[in-house]
Amino acid sequence: MVARYVMSIDQGTNSTRCILFDHHGRLASVAQREHQQHFPRPGWVEHDAVEIWRNLQRIVPETLSGAGVGAEDIAAIGLANQRETTVLWDRATGAPLGRAIVWQDTRTEPLVTALRSDPGDEFFLARCGLPPSTYFSALRLGWLFDQVDGLRRRAENGEVLCGTMESWLIWNMTGGPDGGLHITDATNASRTMLMNIRTLTWDEELLAFFGVPRPMLPEIRSSAEHYGTARSLLPGVRITAALGDQQAALFGQTCFSPGEAKCTYGTGSFLLLNTGSDLVRSRHGLLSTVAYKIGEQPPVYALEGSIAVTGSLVQWFRDRLGLISSAPEIETLARTVEDNGGCYIVPAFSGLFAPHWRSDARGVMVGLTSYITKGHLARAVLEATGWQTREVVDAMNADSSVPLKQLKVDGGMTADNLLMQFVADVLDVPVVRPMVAETVSLGAAYAAGLAAGYWPDLEVLRRNWHRAAQWIPDMDPARREAEYENWKRAVERSLGWVKPPRPP
Amino acid sequence: MTGPVQSIERAAAILRLLAGGPRRLGLGEVAASLGLAKGTAHGILRTLQHVDFVEQDPATGKYQLGAALLHLGTSYLDVNELRSRSINWADALAARSGESVRLGTPLEGKVLVVHHVFRPDDTFQTLDVGSLLPLHASSLGKVLLAYGTAPLEPALEPGLEAYTRHTLVERSRLSRALAEIRERGWADEVQEMSMGEAGIAAPIRGHGGLVVGAIGLSGQLERVCDSQGHPRSSLINLLREAARAISRDLGASRW
Repeated sequence: MVARYVMSIDQGTNSTRCILFDHHGRLASVAQREHQQHFPRPGWVEHDAVEIWRNLQRIVPETLSGAGVGAEDIAAIGLANQRETTVLWDRATGAPLGRAIVWQDTRTEPLVTALRSDPGDEFFLARCGLPPSTYFSALRLGWLFDQVDGLRRRAENGEVLCGTMESWLIWNMTGGPDGGLHITDATNASRTMLMNIRTLTWDEELLAFFGVPRPMLPEIRSSAEHYGTARSLLPGVRITAALGDQQAALFGQTCFSPGEAKCTYGTGSFLLLNTGSDLVRSRHGLLSTVAYKIGEQPPVYALEGSIAVTGSLVQWFRDRLGLISSAPEIETLARTVEDNGGCYIVPAFSGLFAPHWRSDARGVMVGLTSYITKGHLARAVLEATGWQTREVVDAMNADSSVPLKQLKVDGGMTADNLLMQFVADVLDVPVVRPMVAETVSLGAAYAAGLAAGYWPDLEVLRRNWHRAAQWIPDMDPARREAEYENWKRAVERSLGWVKPPRPP
Repeated sequence: MTGPVQSIERAAAILRLLAGGPRRLGLGEVAASLGLAKGTAHGILRTLQHVDFVEQDPATGKYQLGAALLHLGTSYLDVNELRSRSINWADALAARSGESVRLGTPLEGKVLVVHHVFRPDDTFQTLDVGSLLPLHASSLGKVLLAYGTAPLEPALEPGLEAYTRHTLVERSRLSRALAEIRERGWADEVQEMSMGEAGIAAPIRGHGGLVVGAIGLSGQLERVCDSQGHPRSSLINLLREAARAISRDLGASRW
């Protein structure tokens, strides 16, 4: 019997989801379970890796029964995961050494500051394509070595393993202490600051610099290839793909050609541009990252621009200011007025990310007059997401040889028509939304199905992509330029607000 | 015929009491004023709070009339929220049916299109969110009329526009069609707005079963209807499944 579905597992920041997709890339069944967020200290964010593994053990059978199928109906399993979140565990018992440290965790901030002045960004950019930031895994490992007695020695002896969430789950699914596969894929490894971005192997100099013993690291594999066969959960089913969530969304949006880009609008937003086999070193504040690597084929690279605050600005407007009672109402409120009334909000709540990378910036609201109503503020909230997208796209166009021709979007904020029209207006390119909103899960399924022969090639996947909505630019160019100038002046006013601490 | 329902009489008395003055009232005051046991008054207040007719001050625990009561005449569900809650189901309906999908709510004697998903064939299509459709000649509009979401009387006035020779412009025929829609739970429109096109729609229900909007699909006559000109049962099933899923999401329990 021919397998009917591909299973996708999306281990995300707030929950783990399991979805079955059919040959047309349509969702057939879904189950999801949230896990607890631990905030032991200000700025610290942790997850319990065992809780996440148990959640997966519950949702996999739920998903199967939702479609009324068994393991024999599943052609392959693909994983997508929250990136950079790091867990250590004991090879012999499978027990984690403490909780996983989540990508949002800022405990390594002092280390980041130190590394950016010595040896400086260039040392890292040349090797891994990333400047030091609290996001990336290597800094967390450095922190752990300083905090946990005997950790380095145990890691050198191969007693302790480390990995991002896909490594942890694959190891457990393929036997755990009893011969579990300890692997990662090139997209996830590209976010550790330990992988050489050209060779896609662990970089000896970076390993030495951070003092990370080689035996604790997973083997770097392609994003889509036959890794091994599951021994628990779905015994006998092949595991054939793993990708970081944003790369999975790029894949799910079928951005397979250079110049194709997607933006996922969530709490924060992530814009990725396929740059093909060219590794583009950004001169404008973007990150170079691996988009995907299929089997033995050469890797495909991407430029990435991360925007810290987009959906979370709407949440702030709802929860902290109390001006709306649900997030979608921001559009209703914004439509009570014709324009922003001259008001701009720069949501630099914890500094500005791409392309500015200014941690000394803080949020500002400018252009206030007695004319401004809450409707204007709602406009300014939505427009902030549009202008931040424009800044990242400008940086991408400056770095890449192919200018952006259209932007594929996904994520919760794409339900906001006013915002999507505004994004099209300020970018001056069409904005399109695909019919399957779950692009992260779909991307993992596509990669897995491709490696397993469930789908023959990228062209078939492209034909599965259908436009659900399209927004065409409709803004007077003079107005666009004038508004962009105003936004830039607002950004200038947010910079340098946080003063360095005075020397004692 | 059965007598008045006591708890509804009591709820009405509580609302009148809260509306009587600007001051918020505590549970004890409400119970004492109406001669009710505290437990009884509390149960009614909690139910009224659940449907947003009453609000409780978080600091003092005292009660006042809720915002929903002040806007009783207008739609209580924000249309952008309706879109946001429906988007995944509407996408799935378009993907499975192969036709374009729209959501509608009433606006000043018309249907306001609040959400639109393209037909999944990647031809050029224009987003028509924000446009208006006639109540009597669209499947979305007929659902809104049938379930009282849009006021019926103006729609039954003489002089309804005939878009085609199939448009229902006579009061008696339209009334009969609406009764039939209520009976079977979905509406159709076959070449009533333009020749060669057809659509079907079903109600979206919120708390308590109140119909807050309609979801429908439309397309070429020969794809939506069978050779006898009746909407295909496979499409009706997909549509009703999507409408029920959205309704469940919005808190309607039985549908």
